Amino acid sequence: MELKLPRMNGFLGALGSILAVTYALLPVIWIISLSLKPGRELNDARFFPNTFSLEHYRTVFNDPQFPAALLNSVGIASIATGLSILIAVFAAYAIVRLDFRGKRWIFYSTLAVAMFPPISVVGPLFDLWRTLRLFDTWPGLILPYLSFTLPLAIWTLTAFFREVPWDLERAARVDGATPSQAFRQVILPLVAPGIFASAILVFIFAWNDFLFAASLTSTDRARTVPVAIAFFTGSSQFELPTGSIAAASVVVTIPVIALVLVFQRRIIAGLTAGAVKG
Amino acid sequence: MKRDARLQGWLLCTPALAAMALVTAYPILYAVRLSLYRYDLRYAVPPDFTGPGNYFSVLSSGIWWQALWNTFLITTISVFFELVLGFALALLMHKAVFGRRTVRSAVLVPYAIITVVAALAWKFAFDPTTGFVNSVLGVDRAWLNERWSAFGVIILSEIWKTTPFMALLLLAGLSLIPGDVLKAARVDGASAVQRFRLITLPLMKPSILVALLFRTLDAFRIFDSVYVLTRGAHGTESVSVIGYNTLIVRLNLGLGSAVSVLIFLCTLAIALLFIKGFGTPLLRAGR
Repeated sequence: MELKLPRMNGFLGALGSILAVTYALLPVIWIISLSLKPGRELNDARFFPNTFSLEHYRTVFNDPQFPAALLNSVGIASIATGLSILIAVFAAYAIVRLDFRGKRWIFYSTLAVAMFPPISVVGPLFDLWRTLRLFDTWPGLILPYLSFTLPLAIWTLTAFFREVPWDLERAARVDGATPSQAFRQVILPLVAPGIFASAILVFIFAWNDFLFAASLTSTDRARTVPVAIAFFTGSSQFELPTGSIAAASVVVTIPVIALVLVFQRRIIAGLTAGAVKG
Repeated sequence: MKRDARLQGWLLCTPALAAMALVTAYPILYAVRLSLYRYDLRYAVPPDFTGPGNYFSVLSSGIWWQALWNTFLITTISVFFELVLGFALALLMHKAVFGRRTVRSAVLVPYAIITVVAALAWKFAFDPTTGFVNSVLGVDRAWLNERWSAFGVIILSEIWKTTPFMALLLLAGLSLIPGDVLKAARVDGASAVQRFRLITLPLMKPSILVALLFRTLDAFRIFDSVYVLTRGAHGTESVSVIGYNTLIVRLNLGLGSAVSVLIFLCTLAIALLFIKGFGTPLLRAGR
């Protein structure tokens, strides 16, 4: 269908593409080049480094703050993603496969949570977490991430599950497969890519959060990467450790970008299908 | 059978509903209760019931109204530019021959990057000592130390980060438009502008509204970029920054909860305005 559409003027399209790519990559390239500038060149106000140095990367990994935050972030975001996807798979399966009254209300409640301003619950959670001893712990962040990512997880999984030819399961059973064989060999390979793409989107959400992490943690025990980077203090209190911050930023950005680029098509499908068809 | 499916359906959805309620519905009620007390963790006095006292304090303070105005400005300006740029980007991804896949990959980069990291990148770029912006523009300016230029950087950072999301939502809407209709209009002599205004726009109304609603609510709760770029200094506080400072920095849970509840009510008002004002395509589009 797209092929029948009149094509955009070749020159205009190419120019637009170049502009769009530059737009998307400019700050990323800037922070990478900043992280590679040796300390004495940091203030030269040039976009690209003159000489390359890995000194900031060494500093960041020798400082105890950053590796601890990296571990916290990876751990908290992964556990929250796993739990969120698990719970969302049940809900999405029910929405797609079962016909029951009140289904609408499940959709409305995910909509309400997606619109909910996190700042409105930061105070109560702070107060509750102190009495429940969840303040500054992994579960203290996993819980809000789990709940706030559920709408996204349910919408994307619902969209992916709608595309799955579920009748194949029955066909496999007719051909003599046991229920567990039918599930493992027929259904699982069909749903796995969608689950994986949803998991990446949920992970990005949890990985990105700053407000909850800044409010509900206070030490390296549970402080995540965005907070560690935002609160980074160098050797001197009055000087922002620009190089270290840039290096830390690159370390936490590149893997996620790589992941997203590898699974580009599915992620776009998940993002758009989740929002439009939900 | 029917009963069975219903029971099964609700059982399967219960964990999700319970988890969502536990971290939203229950805490917001708790916030309403806290907001009626004088409750300051810096003083070792038990919470003291004051009724609507905290709301009077917030609503009579210039800081709250300025923050609300700031948030309103940031939201409207950034969402407007996101819509325009997002539409251009969506059309480009939909139609361009050259580099279409590259563009689709590239736009995911801002989406995947941590907001704090993106804001810091912009902060360093506009910084008078480390940044390249001043030398490129040939000016000497402390962008983040002055209200309006700081707003400019905050809004730029917000637009950069979220336009791709807008573009992808609009792209999904664009690909739902049947090509035959556009072709028929072309054959009938409709100009490109007419085709866009009379066919593309009306057919895309639901997608545009969904994208607008989500981005407006999302921009309204802006926190990360403002905090990283200015910490709310020079009159750039957003309502979320006020809430955070009152609750977490000053530990005034009573007053902060009043701010939280007011932000919640604003969000509710925006959502209702969209749904009432533009009708139900929002709710239908979601299903």
